[in-house]
Amino acid sequence: MKNIVPRVKVPATVKAGEVFTVKTLINHPMVSGFGKDKKTGKTIPREIINHFSCDFEGQNVIAMEMDPAISANPYIEFQAKVDKSGTMTFTWKDDDGSVYTKTAPVKVG
Amino acid sequence: MNLTRRDVMALGAGGAALAMLPLPAAAADQAALDAAIKKFTGGAATKDGGVKLTAPEIAENGNTVPIEVEAEGATEILVLAPNNPLPSAFTVSFGPLSGASSASTRIRLAGTQDLTAIAKMKDGSFAMAKRTVKVTIGGCGG
Repeated sequence: MKNIVPRVKVPATVKAGEVFTVKTLINHPMVSGFGKDKKTGKTIPREIINHFSCDFEGQNVIAMEMDPAISANPYIEFQAKVDKSGTMTFTWKDDDGSVYTKTAPVKVG
Repeated sequence: MNLTRRDVMALGAGGAALAMLPLPAAAADQAALDAAIKKFTGGAATKDGGVKLTAPEIAENGNTVPIEVEAEGATEILVLAPNNPLPSAFTVSFGPLSGASSASTRIRLAGTQDLTAIAKMKDGSFAMAKRTVKVTIGGCGG
């Protein structure tokens, strides 16, 4: 079992309609599938996070299809805006079928 | 060993054939790149301008190159690294709560190349931007 910990940074309080920055980081090796094992010469099979999405109360903020070109420990930064308080949900999908999620409260005040 | 004129000609032809070898490989890369672009645009023409692609001019470590894409009024942006084993790097789409059509991440680059970003605008048109990044040490394993 891999020890994968997603981390997100969202401002605690924002103004309604204000554009704010969201930063996300998840530790993952992102094995590209192009590398070779130096001892055996065999190709190491691909295992990456292939999809990321961020939603707020059922509405999409951003979605990202990821290819092996994304660096290890994928870092994603983007802009969001909300009109009411609620929960932001972050979802990462792994090639092995695992889904990692993280939530963060956003308060409009 | 005596070299006859015929032998020399045969050698030359062999050498020429060897020199030709890298060409089909490069053509395959171009085909993969074109296929990736076509999959995104559906064959529509792209115009220059309207997309901002921010990346370092020189990346010392190809394993993690910070890049940012921004396109006002875009619904989706595709980023391509043409010289990578797989040209497509990522596709980002913006939902109704997106604050600005921009995103930053870190990508791997196999070598020096022209990063390409194609944005799909709200009106269905496509815009393109390119930026050359020099890579000192390539990423992508190998």
